[in-house]
Amino acid sequence: MGQTATFRIWRGNGHEGTFTDYATEVTEGMVVLDAVHQIQAHQAHDLAVRWNCKAGKCGSCSAEVNGHPRLMCMTRLNQLNLAKPVTIEPMKAFPPIKDLVTDVSFNFRAKKSIKPFKPRPPDAPDGTWRMAQADVERVQEFRKCIECFLCQDVCHVLRDHRLFDEFVGPRHMIYAAALEMHPLDVEQRARDLKDAYGVGFCNITKCCTKVCPEGIGITDNAIIPLKERVIDQLYDPVVKLLRMFR
Amino acid sequence: MPEYQTHVHDVLVIGAGGAGLRAAIEASASGVSVGLVCKSLLGKAHTVMAEGGIAAALANVDDRDSWQVHFADTMRGGQYVNNWRMAELHAKEAPDRVRELEAWGALFDRTADGRILQRNFGGHRYPRLAHVGDRTGLEMIRTLQDHGIHMGIDVHMECTIVQLLKSGDRIAGAFGYERERGRFKLFRAKAVVLATGGVGRAYKITSNSWEYTGDGHTLAYDAGADLMDMEFVQFHPTGMVWPPSVRGILVTEGVRGEGGVLKNSLGRRFMFDDIPENYRPQTADNEEEGWRYTQGDKSARRPPELLTRDHVSRCIVREIKEGRGSPHGGVFLDISWIKARIPHAAEHIKKKLPSMYHQFKQLADIDITQEAMEVGPTTHYIMGGVRVDADTQMSTVSGLFAAGECAAGINGANRLGGNSLSDLLVFGKRAGEFAAKYAVGQKAADVDGSQADAAARRALEPFERGTSGEGPYQVQYALQDMMQDLVGIVRNEGEMKRALDCLRTLRARAARVGIGGHREYNPGWHSALDLHNLLTVSEAITLSAIERKESRGGHFREDYPDKDPAFATFNIVTRKSRDGSTEVSRAAIPPMPQELKKVVEEMK
Ligand SMILES: Cc1cc2nc3c(=O)[nH]c(=O)nc-3n(C[C@H](O)[C@H](O)[C@H](O)COP(=O)(O)OP(=O)(O)OC[C@H]3O[C@@H](n4cnc5c(N)ncnc54)[C@H](O)[C@@H]3O)c2cc1C
Ligand code: SF4
Ligand code: SF4
Ligand code: FES
Repeated sequence: MGQTATFRIWRGNGHEGTFTDYATEVTEGMVVLDAVHQIQAHQAHDLAVRWNCKAGKCGSCSAEVNGHPRLMCMTRLNQLNLAKPVTIEPMKAFPPIKDLVTDVSFNFRAKKSIKPFKPRPPDAPDGTWRMAQADVERVQEFRKCIECFLCQDVCHVLRDHRLFDEFVGPRHMIYAAALEMHPLDVEQRARDLKDAYGVGFCNITKCCTKVCPEGIGITDNAIIPLKERVIDQLYDPVVKLLRMFR
Repeated sequence: MPEYQTHVHDVLVIGAGGAGLRAAIEASASGVSVGLVCKSLLGKAHTVMAEGGIAAALANVDDRDSWQVHFADTMRGGQYVNNWRMAELHAKEAPDRVRELEAWGALFDRTADGRILQRNFGGHRYPRLAHVGDRTGLEMIRTLQDHGIHMGIDVHMECTIVQLLKSGDRIAGAFGYERERGRFKLFRAKAVVLATGGVGRAYKITSNSWEYTGDGHTLAYDAGADLMDMEFVQFHPTGMVWPPSVRGILVTEGVRGEGGVLKNSLGRRFMFDDIPENYRPQTADNEEEGWRYTQGDKSARRPPELLTRDHVSRCIVREIKEGRGSPHGGVFLDISWIKARIPHAAEHIKKKLPSMYHQFKQLADIDITQEAMEVGPTTHYIMGGVRVDADTQMSTVSGLFAAGECAAGINGANRLGGNSLSDLLVFGKRAGEFAAKYAVGQKAADVDGSQADAAARRALEPFERGTSGEGPYQVQYALQDMMQDLVGIVRNEGEMKRALDCLRTLRARAARVGIGGHREYNPGWHSALDLHNLLTVSEAITLSAIERKESRGGHFREDYPDKDPAFATFNIVTRKSRDGSTEVSRAAIPPMPQELKKVVEEMK
């Protein structure tokens, strides 16, 4: 490559901001985060951006690149049209802090509201459990989540309707699903799934699944089964009856 | 007078990776109030990046494994300058710490009979690494995080500590700033646990993130604590080399554990050419046996690709130097060849090494199931760190504890893969436990405000110089280039003396760095403040490396290419002397008790 490209980056604080154009040299293999760092090093020392691993493992560098929610460290420049300015903006579902950095604290509160893991008593006298690989794998898919919050960013329930108090969002749906489907977990979460975590607010648009950099089947594998669980456990008359006698 | 918010905790844990989280959980469980500070968001610490696994002698896959074998492997890997007591505690307690993670919700890969599966890794005699594909660190940090958030720990995210506070000889708290607004915070605490990780950002090619600027090492050093073993830096043999923007990003040793082989441009498996004497009995001398080992054949010995990291790195450097490297200055690492051996190899590779598959596919346009990767050494880990008491993890400063990568001792001259994650759990727990015990026995120390005021004033200096000063990144890059060139994988006296001169010049440049903008979330400012830490650890590394006139583990000197038994009897310690200069000394290693000596002998 060895060409120059323009990056139109959102610069602003919590209240106001504007796009600023930066031209910088582009070399082979570069990702969007490299361009941001290059601009930071040579043109704008105070350009705020989160990152850690630069390998798609930590979920820090989420942003909207040309309008698409992406991890900046995994977005190659050769996948973008560099003839036009590349826009880089912060995630829009969350309150802005500065430049590309947003206030994602909602996610930490939402997670805390979900009942934690509660295992059944150990299977073996030495305090360990036995689990089959097949049962573990189902949950391992959800545990791949790197908490980039891109799914939260695109979910219209949060992004457009701002129902942060009613719905914990797709990330925490898969967190709840990982607990519910954990081979050892014995906690009851059906009532909370409906009332506190707001599973009913999801109308299965699958936008979350489309942006997940880990390729987690958020809707099909987690949310839909959770919805079924809620119906089974809260509304199924036989289950209800059994409950009354427990 | 700069303003600051004050927080009061019994125990303050600095760092929220595996070690910090485990320490905070333990301290909190014992009933004291705990504060936990980290530079990034919770769950983003370096531990999240760990891939291969956690070493613990669970003996689930091979029942010949035991704490004794793990202990002997760790000591052999560390070339016998480890703190043997730490190596002993680590080997004995790691299995319980791993099982505890399972009780907190971690889901490791399973054996056929439903127990925790273990994989092969360099320097470990038996399959020992509990793992989840190649994202073990994520599993570990998430388990600790999700467990910890329900324990009433006060978490201060995106907050950087710049100085420890003392009252007389004892620790009294810490001072720092939060990133979002740039406001100062003063933490009063009876005990402080450092769990800040490593120093990789002192080098140009590294697998480490921006956080790894040696903060804990420097905080401890500035507070008067001893650092130890700083010459021992681990260069991991397999980092990505192409394209340039991903240079240094780690390629897990798990690739070799699963059967991946190293080749030079002539197609030769060069690792067979140089097998060190003390590993010869347990290393395969032909390709067939090596392959059988990776497939779980208990009668086979491991392939030379799984020799210790220091050795593999040097062999790679040799191949490159002698002109047998790959097109972009590395060597070839090939896992795709296993398709000649097993059916559905591509699926198998994707399943066993999913993030490696994606990493190469997305970042380098390479399909590792079809072609070889190009790899070369990358700065990965520091064995050296804060000198601590083996049982309690207390440093030489009363009330100051350290655990995880920022503490020294367990690894000696070279760390075995997988021994870090277990180290974090074993000694994180111990640090938390003993910090809490210490705190219970203490009254809160007075913090004299002048220490905090001075720290705040120093922190604001780069703003006073403004944009007319040199930029922080330029000084950082110069330092990284210099350390890479002069104090890297292959060292000599002349170059290291030059490095000391360069460090003096760089210090002067750092003192003139200026930045613009405001205090709110300003990375330029943060980088300016990190320079002091990077310079401090670089100097400690260089001085220690000059003092160790031999080659051992991660420390290789071309002017003293051999191991010298005389140097096996002590560790090198650096501390700040009264006049502010660095004092280098030798600390004798206490003799190993008879029963441990016996274990080492038996396993030779
Ligand atoms: C790519 C990669 C793969 C690896 N794979 C393995 C593996 O398979 N097995 C294995 O055993 N080891 C592995 N390692 C090594 C291992 O991951 C690390 O050594 C280990 O995670 C370090 O943990 P820690 O708790 O000491 O520190 P970290 O997890 O790095 O945490 C440090 C914490 O300290 C905080 N901090 C630092 N400075 C400050 C400050 N000034 N103020 C406030 N907070 C601060 C940071 O924000 C962070 O929260 C790997 C390392 C890398 C880079
Ligand atoms: S599928 Fe549900 S959770 Fe996902 S984006 Fe749509 S509404 Fe939100
Ligand atoms: S589910 Fe996917 S998109 Fe959502 S936070 Fe996790 S990794 Fe990111
Ligand atoms: S920096 Fe870690 S995911 Fe991008």
